[in-house]
Amino acid sequence: MKILVAVKRVIDYNVKVRVKADQSDVDLANVKMALNPFCEIAIEEAVRLKEKGTAEEVVVVSIGPKACQEQIRTALALGADRGIHVEADAMPDSLAVAKLLKAVVAEEKPDMVILGKQSIDSDNNQTGQMLGALTGMPQGTFASEVKVEDGKVDVTREVDGGLQTLRLTLPAIVTTDLRLNEPRYASLPNIMKAKRKPLEVKSPADLGVEVSSNIKLLKAEPPAERSAGVRVADVAELVDKLKNEAKVL
Amino acid sequence: MSILVIAEHDNQSLNQATLKAVAAAQQIGGDVDMLVAGLNAQGVADNAAQVEGIKRVRLADNAAYEHQLAENVSELVAKVGADYSHILAPATTTGKNMMPRVAALLDVGQISDIVAVESADTFKRPIYAGNAIATVQSSDSIKVITVRGTAFDAANASGGSASVEAIADVFNSDKVEFVGEQLAESERPDLASAPVVISGGRGMQNGENFKLLESLADKLGAAVGASRAAVDAGFVPNDMQVGQTGKIVAPQLYIAVGISGAIQHLAGMKDSKVIVAINKDEEAPIFQVADYGLVADLFEALPELEKALS
Ligand SMILES: Cc1cc2nc3c(=O)[nH]c(=O)nc-3n(C[C@H](O)[C@H](O)[C@H](O)COP(=O)(O)OP(=O)(O)OC[C@H]3O[C@@H](n4cnc5c(N)ncnc54)[C@H](O)[C@@H]3O)c2cc1C
Ligand SMILES: Cc1cc2nc3c(=O)[nH]c(=O)nc-3n(C[C@H](O)[C@H](O)[C@H](O)COP(=O)(O)OP(=O)(O)OC[C@H]3O[C@@H](n4cnc5c(N)ncnc54)[C@H](O)[C@@H]3O)c2cc1C
Repeated sequence: MKILVAVKRVIDYNVKVRVKADQSDVDLANVKMALNPFCEIAIEEAVRLKEKGTAEEVVVVSIGPKACQEQIRTALALGADRGIHVEADAMPDSLAVAKLLKAVVAEEKPDMVILGKQSIDSDNNQTGQMLGALTGMPQGTFASEVKVEDGKVDVTREVDGGLQTLRLTLPAIVTTDLRLNEPRYASLPNIMKAKRKPLEVKSPADLGVEVSSNIKLLKAEPPAERSAGVRVADVAELVDKLKNEAKVL
Repeated sequence: MSILVIAEHDNQSLNQATLKAVAAAQQIGGDVDMLVAGLNAQGVADNAAQVEGIKRVRLADNAAYEHQLAENVSELVAKVGADYSHILAPATTTGKNMMPRVAALLDVGQISDIVAVESADTFKRPIYAGNAIATVQSSDSIKVITVRGTAFDAANASGGSASVEAIADVFNSDKVEFVGEQLAESERPDLASAPVVISGGRGMQNGENFKLLESLADKLGAAVGASRAAVDAGFVPNDMQVGQTGKIVAPQLYIAVGISGAIQHLAGMKDSKVIVAINKDEEAPIFQVADYGLVADLFEALPELEKALS
């Protein structure tokens, strides 16, 4: 089977982002960028399915400016076979991303599409589900276990109350949660090899999709700051403060 | 304007998170209806009818909706919701799973996890693990929105007298099948709505030691949470994770024990009213957000605390 993995270039998760002085957006100038951590987990899962012999080919796709090719190369170094870059100047919104991915799905005809459950910049948690609706595929979101058998995939999902298991008929969408696997690191030889793997560049027009968005960012503000409070000397002082000062006990 | 709120429930009673979404709907203004999709869910519809300010309850009662499968419920919501200006659901795992499908079926964007209503088309939502608050405006004809529960006070669960109407539409995908679930059983209050939350991190060392937190929690009527490190290490199950990618909590009192205070953890608890941190490392970043910090070994502090509260 063939697996398509969608990956997003985002701010590195260790970086604490700040908003611009004019509050027009967050300041991403000169900050370290990386693969969205949930997308790394998506690649790892696809590569493991290939190593087990369940999948024959892993194709990665990323949508965004030219710099996304860095993240596609990282995915190729982690074991994906080839890459597709859909070049779009600005970061399109989730619905536009889902429409572009739908067009890629129509061309590639994968048996499974794996995405991250959420990107750590916009924290939207939408794209996989939207792609599911647009393609009519069933979805297993927030996956902590994926088992493929006889044209079906069993997905165990992390839900508020615990875990839920669904059986989906392929082709299907899976979005990854944190505990699905622990992604490997790319080795130097694999990073070198990845440079020679095929990477195709397309435009939204090639895919017949017009990128637009009806959701506009008006402002980005810093959150209400919490200031550090006091240090208490011992448990007795803590209990006293909670009872008599904060009045929460 | 007319707003459809999607009820979250277990086929028996309405979940508190729904009342938060109703509160957000009331801030937008206009008539508010509620859709209950479930199996043998008349009891939920009866609860819904009593929620203050609800005009109409629309009940779709069918086996196809028993487990809230996104494939089925999204088709129903998209059909019923097409006549409304806004569709709102709580930003729980059920809402997050289903609503983006609704948005895509209606060919509109989704505004996830709102924390404030500015006007009928403008909302605030946290981005970058809560390190920035975005104000976003939607020009879509139907606004599809999920609501962060901790940001709104629950609407009144009683005082209403809405009518209940049955909906006959059945959407039943043959591409998805419910296999089973393992739900955590707990006598303690629900993490998302508990007035006090005590969370443990990697510093707890193992799952057995979480008993120290549990007995304290029972004294305080608290829920027990955890950091991702504690969940990943297998100390406790995933439904206890607090943070950017786990549950968002904002109790009156949050006690972080053996948790360093990574931004992803803070994203899930920094709106708590009072934060207490117990950590043996005085440099731990958690102290930068704590109202009361105790630098101590948790294995000494917890038994003392329990004794002090007895
Ligand atoms: C501060 C801020 C302001 C923004 N303002 C605007 C705006 O005004 N207008 C606008 O149109 N957009 C804007 N964006 C961009 C937009 O919100 C997101 O980039 C877009 O929604 C992409 O999907 P997501 O982040 O919602 O994905 P999520 O649904 O959170 O991500 C889930 C998964 O989808 C896949 N995925 C998501 N994006 C891509 C991609 N580009 N390529 C490949 N796979 C992908 C990945 O597998 C990812 O793990 C803004 C973003 C930020 C951070
Ligand atoms: C994409 C992504 C999403 C994430 N989402 C989340 C999330 O939702 N929630 C979350 O929590 N994390 C999340 N994380 C992980 C986060 O970055 C941290 O790794 C995690 O929160 C650390 O957990 P911790 O504080 O328990 O562990 P550590 O950082 O290891 O801290 C343990 C603390 O315990 C203290 N300690 C040890 N022994 C004792 C003792 N005997 N007495 C007192 N104190 C002691 C130590 O001083 C230390 O400060 C995410 C990470 C990524 C990349």
